[in-house]
Amino acid sequence: MEHKQWNRRQWIQTTGAAGASLVAGAWPLGAQAQSPITIGVIYVGPRDDYGYNQAHAEATAKLKKMPGIKVVEEENVPETQAVQKTMQGMISQDGATLLFPTSFGYFDPHMIAIAGKNPNVRFSHCGGLWTAGKHPTNTGSYFGYIDEGQYLNGVIAGHMSKSKKIGFVAAKPIPQVLRNINAFTLGARSVDPKITTTVIFTGDWSMPVKEAEATNSLADQGVDVFTMHVDGPKVVIETAAKRGKFVCGYHANQSKLAPAAYLTGAEWNWSSAMNSIIDAARTGKPHPNFVRGGLKAGFIKPSPYGSMVPEAARKNADAIKAKMVADQFDIFAGELKDNTGKVVIPRGQAFKQTAIELESMNYLIEGVIGKI
Amino acid sequence: MSPRTLAAIEAAALPILAVAAALLAFGLFAAWGGYPPLEVWRLLFVGAFGDAFSWQNSLQRAAPLMLTALCVAIPAQAGLMVIGGEGALVVGALATAAMPYLLAVPAGIAGTGLLLVAAILGGAAFGALIGAMRQWRGVNETISGLLLAYLVINLFKHVVEGPMRDPASLNKPSTRPLEESLLIGTLPGMDVHWGLVWGVIACAAASLWLLLTTHGFATRVVGGNPRAAGLVGLPAHRLVITACALGGAAAGLAGGFEVAAVHTAANASVISGLGYAGILVSFVARHQPLAIIPVAIVLGGFGAAGSLLQRRLGMPDASVQVLLGFAFVLILAAEVGRGRLRWPGSRSRSAA
Repeated sequence: MEHKQWNRRQWIQTTGAAGASLVAGAWPLGAQAQSPITIGVIYVGPRDDYGYNQAHAEATAKLKKMPGIKVVEEENVPETQAVQKTMQGMISQDGATLLFPTSFGYFDPHMIAIAGKNPNVRFSHCGGLWTAGKHPTNTGSYFGYIDEGQYLNGVIAGHMSKSKKIGFVAAKPIPQVLRNINAFTLGARSVDPKITTTVIFTGDWSMPVKEAEATNSLADQGVDVFTMHVDGPKVVIETAAKRGKFVCGYHANQSKLAPAAYLTGAEWNWSSAMNSIIDAARTGKPHPNFVRGGLKAGFIKPSPYGSMVPEAARKNADAIKAKMVADQFDIFAGELKDNTGKVVIPRGQAFKQTAIELESMNYLIEGVIGKI
Repeated sequence: MSPRTLAAIEAAALPILAVAAALLAFGLFAAWGGYPPLEVWRLLFVGAFGDAFSWQNSLQRAAPLMLTALCVAIPAQAGLMVIGGEGALVVGALATAAMPYLLAVPAGIAGTGLLLVAAILGGAAFGALIGAMRQWRGVNETISGLLLAYLVINLFKHVVEGPMRDPASLNKPSTRPLEESLLIGTLPGMDVHWGLVWGVIACAAASLWLLLTTHGFATRVVGGNPRAAGLVGLPAHRLVITACALGGAAAGLAGGFEVAAVHTAANASVISGLGYAGILVSFVARHQPLAIIPVAIVLGGFGAAGSLLQRRLGMPDASVQVLLGFAFVLILAAEVGRGRLRWPGSRSRSAA
């Protein structure tokens, strides 16, 4: 078993000089500039949820194959005292020196508390709003501008919708989710301004029954293309496909679940973000505290188009994607009204993806049917 | 040995044998899945009770379970099956987080005390409501407790993510965090918060109350035979509602600790199933408050060990659920063996 070998290796590492020479011999010479490292990855749900957690598990699986990296993982860890114990356990029992607690709720107070007790361990959280001066320097956060992927989802949805009604099954009306709903809608309305997005909030991140009900209810209302922002998109995708509707994925590639209905999807690609953080840790460079990126940085990627997506739609989406990669495209640009008619971004103003204003979005734009 | 001693030994031996059988079965299950059973057993022990860190891990996980288990055990002594402890916990958490919104909470330990009293009262009111509906309106307490729990969970989310939401809590909607001086720290020299001490005190106090006081005895009489209790003139309504309120108070206190010692604010992460896990603990402890303490620690140990199993062997989280499943089914099944164990040198109980 792999773990036994690792235990032995770990033991050798801690027995000092004699062991060190053995360890050095065990890795290729090229990797010697980088010291071996044990990394802990913590998931809030199952690793095979076809969604948020799977996106991280896929990147972690790649890490495991890299020389000099040992990974310890734990799934289904609630955002309670349990995650604090898991983090501390990874540090004291497994010797981890870099942790990736991936659920949003792990950040404050849990990760901050454990980071204070372990100043020599690096913590890199997914999605948290790390703030200099407020949070310890051995902590940090990384996240991706996945609204770019949702905009492209919207463009494809705009081409595919016949009823001109598209649907969004969302967890909670928080800024990250609202930004995705708005981007999806803007993408679709760039194809046809008559399109409306109907949104249903289920109230929490993993509510399979409500997600199925929401999808069915939207289908009954005439929605013919779906997307979502919940932890595990599986239920929405399968339900939409069963109803004969199209669907755009989220978090990971779910085309296997419904090949005939899956148009494209907004996927995370955490490898590049995680690798830069790991490299810094192994070479002793300062901990990257605030890592953000979109399509250009390779933090996100669209799923390959389904065979039913026509050439014109592909071309349109690819052209916008090329602009996004070239930094020539702003999703949120004025004049933009919310769905009550109030101007939220005045004419002439455009937000870059890095704009802090976008991180506290609290409106649904014109064309979205729903209430926060 | 007297029959009483034998019965006591048997009461302790049955669940211990059941846990041993569960561990054996789990080892075989793991071997079937391709994991080395000896290593699985070793890691289970190391993860739960192998060193100081593991002990603290197990005890920390056990602390809230002691309090939520009392929410089942105390009403059970009065003959009621209340499984809505999650609701009482949520009410307690909400009450704690709401206090600074309602009045100027003094800083320091007095303020913390005030928050916990609010949690206790909130949980007690929730428990009393279940008991009152049962006694005065004949509403089944099992069903009403469960449904009321759903109700308050949704109410909690509505209030926490609506009127009481801290605007600064962007992507994790929460109430305003409690002031630093109101937070509850860890026990001296340990990485376990004070909820553990209060859990042990609450279990011990409940046990003494049930065994040594007239009121506690009367509660058990009502639970054992309500009609007999009525015939001797015991105030059944009052006793039952008090028992439900006490149980609710314990779970409410657990909610208070979750906010003041763990989360620092009320948010959806507080709702993590601790109340439901308490049901298991209470059943395994056969609703005996003193037995809740070791059972909660064992269950906490399973949680801590499961964490290590995942990290060392890459076993899925579901495997710990399998172990728990084995353990609880076997513990409940072991009840069948009650009064049937034959001890060497003693005659069977029926002949005695």
